[in-house]
Amino acid sequence: MSQYLFLTLALVSVATALLMVLSRNPVHSVLYLIATFFAIAGQYVLLNAQFLAIVHIIVYAGAIMVLFLFVLMLLNLNNATEPQKSNAWKVTGAIASGSLLLVMVGALKGSSAAVAQVAHKADVGLVQNLGRVLFTDFVVPFEIAGILFLAAMVGAVLVGKRDIKL
Amino acid sequence: MSALLLFISAVIIEKTALVLVMFLITLGIAAYSTYGERKVAAFLQDRLGPDRAGPWGILQPLADGAKMFTKEDFIPKDSNKWLFILGPGAFIFVALMTSAVIPWGTYFTGFGLNVDLQVADVNIGILYVMGFVSLGVYGIMIGGWASNNKYSLFGAIRASSQMISYELAMGLSIISVILITGTLSLRGIADGQAGTWLGFIPQWNVFLQPLGFIIFFVCALAETNRAPFDLPECETELVGGYHTEYSAMKLGSFLFAEYINMFISSAVISTVYFGGYNFPGIDPSWLWGLMGPVVIFAKTFFFIFVFMWIRWTLPRFRYDQLMHLGWKSLIPLSILNMLLTGAGILCLG
Repeated sequence: MSQYLFLTLALVSVATALLMVLSRNPVHSVLYLIATFFAIAGQYVLLNAQFLAIVHIIVYAGAIMVLFLFVLMLLNLNNATEPQKSNAWKVTGAIASGSLLLVMVGALKGSSAAVAQVAHKADVGLVQNLGRVLFTDFVVPFEIAGILFLAAMVGAVLVGKRDIKL
Repeated sequence: MSALLLFISAVIIEKTALVLVMFLITLGIAAYSTYGERKVAAFLQDRLGPDRAGPWGILQPLADGAKMFTKEDFIPKDSNKWLFILGPGAFIFVALMTSAVIPWGTYFTGFGLNVDLQVADVNIGILYVMGFVSLGVYGIMIGGWASNNKYSLFGAIRASSQMISYELAMGLSIISVILITGTLSLRGIADGQAGTWLGFIPQWNVFLQPLGFIIFFVCALAETNRAPFDLPECETELVGGYHTEYSAMKLGSFLFAEYINMFISSAVISTVYFGGYNFPGIDPSWLWGLMGPVVIFAKTFFFIFVFMWIRWTLPRFRYDQLMHLGWKSLIPLSILNMLLTGAGILCLG
């Protein structure tokens, strides 16, 4: 049962990700990307990581993509005004993302054993267990991520206020 | 094996029945909220309100529905056709999804069944609500953008910036409640409010979190685009706001979803801050369990009335005032509330 669900979700996520890259209209791309996020959230639920699934939806679909859509609407791009990119950009993009794909495949090639080990702790994705792990075993990376976010916030305020007196 | 199959099919039938009942109740309440709104408005403005269709006008929602369905369904020529259709559909879909995690009562036992009066008790219930609230903006944004009309676009942009701003304060005020109850499940939050202090004060979160409740309530008004925060459909500036180009049942879906959102927000407020299905003197037996839905619906209807009362009492904010209130008042206040709650828990145990 969950195998068929996994296959359906995987198919949907790959298909919508491709449609996101291939569609000409940027607003369509954003909507396809949101569909991809939902399919990935479904995979998290299958892995019993409900907290991660809902946070994925809240953060990516609920906040980041709203901002993407917001900017696209403010710019109001359409076929007439959209800047036409030259073929050199397409080649550059293909090479860059192709090398990223190579790195990902190389990194994940030997990881099948690790996945089998994680599967033993089936309830690690529930919020109580996740919180405990974050504040005990991984507390240093967690706090460093917090500092990173603070730095990003300060940077965003600085960029927003160009005429700020330092 | 067959026993397992029987159990699974019984669960599926039970949940399907619950979903159907909730769906019909939600639609019924949303339909009669439109009637209630017009009656409340009439009362506050010293008028009679709708009184032609049926006795006291109680068939008015049916008449409105028939009108919406039979009007010409017009799609502007230069609009993005599929997204124009997707907008109201997405909006009403998201509005209907949220009620899945709200507990409407403890349980019902009878006829050899033991039914939980809740569609899904997920252990992250309150985050599920927040997630779907944050998705609510897509219907408005897509519909407003696809209309290819600058008033609609302005309405959509206002709606999205307003919802992003008020979600933050809403989430921060929820964190204080989670700190007190120690669970993200809405059933857990409701169960934590059973019982009384000193024998007569109900143990509702609103008495522990008065500031949090006020922040949450203001944010709920803003998230549902209700007055005084109804800038996205501000008639005096934007014709009709994001639904300027919509007609017939597509317009109906937008308006209807707003009433569904109001019902769900009221139910969430009742569950999180006002004890949900609990009331003083409740006894966890099945007979009192049947009283649970009556209690939570009474609380919900009260908050729907408060939403309407506010709409017909307060004038609309200016847009910069709305942003100022969200970012410079509510977010700092909710962070302060969170710190106070944390300090209180640390000191009092």
